[in-house]
Amino acid sequence: MTVMQHIWIVLGVLFVLLNIAAGLIWVERRLLAMWQDRLGPNRAGPLGILIVLADTLKLFFKEDWIPPFADKWLFILAPAIVVGSVLMSFVIIPFAPQIVVADLNIGLLFFLAMSSLGVYSIVLGGWASNNKYSLLGALRGASQMIAYEVFMGLSLMGIVMLTGSFNLGAIVAAQQHTWFVFTQPLGFIIFFIAGIAETHRLPFDIPEAESELIAGYHAEYSGMKFGMFFIGEYLGITLISAMTATLFFGGWLGPGFLPPWAWFFLKTFFFIGIFILLRASLPRPRYDQLMGYGWKILLPLVLVNLLVTGAIALCLRG
Amino acid sequence: MISHIRTMWLVFLHLFHKKATIQYPEEKIRLRPRYKGRIVLTKDPDGGERCVGCYLCAAACPVDCIALQATEDEHGRRYPEFFRINFSRCIFCGYCEEACPTYAIQLIPDFEMAEFKRQNLVFEKEDLLIDSQGKYPGYNFYKAAGVNIGVKEKGAGDQEERPVDIHDLLP
Repeated sequence: MTVMQHIWIVLGVLFVLLNIAAGLIWVERRLLAMWQDRLGPNRAGPLGILIVLADTLKLFFKEDWIPPFADKWLFILAPAIVVGSVLMSFVIIPFAPQIVVADLNIGLLFFLAMSSLGVYSIVLGGWASNNKYSLLGALRGASQMIAYEVFMGLSLMGIVMLTGSFNLGAIVAAQQHTWFVFTQPLGFIIFFIAGIAETHRLPFDIPEAESELIAGYHAEYSGMKFGMFFIGEYLGITLISAMTATLFFGGWLGPGFLPPWAWFFLKTFFFIGIFILLRASLPRPRYDQLMGYGWKILLPLVLVNLLVTGAIALCLRG
Repeated sequence: MISHIRTMWLVFLHLFHKKATIQYPEEKIRLRPRYKGRIVLTKDPDGGERCVGCYLCAAACPVDCIALQATEDEHGRRYPEFFRINFSRCIFCGYCEEACPTYAIQLIPDFEMAEFKRQNLVFEKEDLLIDSQGKYPGYNFYKAAGVNIGVKEKGAGDQEERPVDIHDLLP
């Protein structure tokens, strides 16, 4: 691969991802409305898709206010971290054979590391806002994401055992015959639950929890800084969906009548739909329920899954 | 877990349900005849104003949005010199319609009265008067009973009898 090709891939991935993240504003509002027997935004442009443009313009023209009591530099830094760390995670995802920004041999570890960095944006944003609700949101966010980070990592170790590699290209190639969702169903469920908690989406939107914490860690943010948190959230959904598709549903593998990238996007959009469906259907658990559920049920389950997978892998090999 | 998945499935099925949204400017809701919307002043079957300027509507109005001044013509028939409703204050409660003894003031099923200038929401008598009898066709206040003000002769009303000639012996 030449340098030029590589630059094209980087730019293309960035372009597609940012557009998807923005377009998800429309997708989510439309789907959510449909599931609530409404129509949703359908006026601006064909099917209302230009609502994305209107929303973005509105965010750009809002006053970009930094509260006088806030810690100015951290306040500015926090929204940048969330977008940066999520975009960094996309580096290792193989969108199609040969279309991957960096084919790291520790790809999965890189993904886990980058998604952990996302915690900083919440903690710093909540801390820098100097507001009690923001701080509460930040505290909740930090403990939730650290707790669920543990199972997220552990739930993927089964796949690593079966593949024998941290490289995502190798993991996709290992699913040529069977998707890992069939051999690692428990791992899939736990990874997906942890992924929802990791992107702090509903029903696990405990760091923001409008009804308890106003807007949690981004209560003081306005204008495009808030927009960055927003984009970061949608990028996070896309990331978890893309990772689920890659790790458990064979990534770009699929019957030959569609090109590999189309299979990848189809699978990714299916999981994005599930994310939105979850938001439409399930209520938010209490904070202590979330933590108890994580540490008391999911952690033992994921350890059992790891143990059984390890035993079977050992038997098959021996 | 099963109940969560069932919930999600049931919510998903709503994708195919009929939508509750009415797409307003193209598609309009059916307003019932007794819907309390814009206020109008109606006319009697002869084409005269029904309003007699009794001020009961202005007194009943909880937000004081009705202003009028009564006057009389040469026959002694009362009518409002001006009649002004400030629709930027009106709450469409319908008390004026209930208070009106002559069915002159009525609320009709129309709510599309948005304006760009607030002043345009102050309706004068010529804006309020409509060439119709509204919800009570055939009712003519001055023809029912009362003194002669050029509409009917004395005792010729629907609900009164001719005056008795007290010098006549026959009943």
